[in-house]
Amino acid sequence: MKKNENEITWKDFNIGCIVTEPGSSREYRTGDWRSQKPTYDFKKCIKCGVCQIYCPEGCIQQNAEGHFEANMYWCKGCGICPRECPTGVISMVNEEA
Amino acid sequence: MGKKIGIEVSLAIAEAAKLANVDVIAAYPITPQTHIVERMAEIVANGELDAEYIPVESEHSAMSACLGSSGVGARTFTATAGQGLELMHEVLYVASAMRLPIVMIVANRALSSPLNVWGDQSDLMAVRDTGWIQMICENGQEAFDTTLLAFRIAEDHRVLLPVMVHCDGFYLTHVVEPIEFLSQEEVNRYLPPIDYPLPLNPDKPVTMGAFAPSFIYTEAKKAQEVNIRNSKKVITEHWAEFAKMFGRHYHAVEKYRTEGAKTLLMTLGSFGETAMTAVDKMRSEGQEVGLLKLRLWRPFPFEELREAVGNAETLIVVDRALSFGGPGGPAFSEVRSALYSLKTHPKIVGFVGGLGGRDLTVAEFEGMVKKGPGIANTGAENEFEMFGVRE
Repeated sequence: MKKNENEITWKDFNIGCIVTEPGSSREYRTGDWRSQKPTYDFKKCIKCGVCQIYCPEGCIQQNAEGHFEANMYWCKGCGICPRECPTGVISMVNEEA
Repeated sequence: MGKKIGIEVSLAIAEAAKLANVDVIAAYPITPQTHIVERMAEIVANGELDAEYIPVESEHSAMSACLGSSGVGARTFTATAGQGLELMHEVLYVASAMRLPIVMIVANRALSSPLNVWGDQSDLMAVRDTGWIQMICENGQEAFDTTLLAFRIAEDHRVLLPVMVHCDGFYLTHVVEPIEFLSQEEVNRYLPPIDYPLPLNPDKPVTMGAFAPSFIYTEAKKAQEVNIRNSKKVITEHWAEFAKMFGRHYHAVEKYRTEGAKTLLMTLGSFGETAMTAVDKMRSEGQEVGLLKLRLWRPFPFEELREAVGNAETLIVVDRALSFGGPGGPAFSEVRSALYSLKTHPKIVGFVGGLGGRDLTVAEFEGMVKKGPGIANTGAENEFEMFGVRE
């Protein structure tokens, strides 16, 4: 049933756009608000998870190596994680147009 | 057929809501709607109706409470007027977009300032684009019948939209008329229990009125537009069904003595009855005059209107509201827009009158018919005027 967001037509709604499945806000791509994105120098990462605690979007998870990394589908590029990272792993760079 | 009872129209509307066995009433009293909700409160307090009456502190809260109760699938009723309708304004859009079948009576009243509690249709026109189905009643029988019809139409699964039933304040709400009531058995037979398809239910949770970003909002609005547009066919079906069961047949555009009419008057609401008397008088004098009465305001009955104007030379639309600095009275400009694309159509003239409780008499309708055709030839800037204003 799930369609790509650009494929949804006016015929695809329940009455009154009622949402019958929980958690649909996860489908909302907040990542497209971003003008800057975090980049990582994981050599410095001590896996403390401070960035994850401070992330307002809750989009930071540990990757296979155990380093903390933001999911770009939801990361709004707010820049809080580089400010909070105690070892300077993260720096923000401009998104390319 | 039921028995005719002499009763104030406000009280007849309350009786209709009682017969409809409403589950929830959330309302705030305001002139000239007060008698309706007072009587509802009394009916609930007396135990004549097993319903929840939610006393609220404003009309904004009244309509907000209606959203909640309609959302759980309860049959929901309210009423307001004038300033109260304006205070509800933003919530009206939510009710229609969320497809909640609320029924609301509006006792049409002028808008401040200057403060004026009397009848006109400024409040009606201000909520034109809120996405509600809107019907305009002419007399007490219609007000009673339309209240019941409104629930039937609103709750039809092909519709699921809120319905406003407009009744002119005082002119209609406060008069005593002989009204043929339906019995409880007849209403039960006519109006099945409400069955909202996706109600708020803790065992099967849903989200109503969720957020829609720009990539999906346009599609949501298109769905809403198609829905209300398609509701006209269903409304027409329900009028026919009502006629079959109870003998009174309503139409989107009511025609009165239009055969061969060169000049047509058009009214909305209770002033139609005065206009009928004026048409009778002019017809008896040999004038070729008829009357159209617009009952369905939203969805707008384009086809029905185009058919009804026939070969008339002049159509005089009488508004009881102004569009300040705009193209004339709101009904006038919509009617003109609806007929514009026809190859041939009558010259359309607008008069605005009957504001803030000012009467429009038989003589004044005659005056409009006398004056209208001349104005029709003066050009767009002068195609409407305020009738009976002291210069």
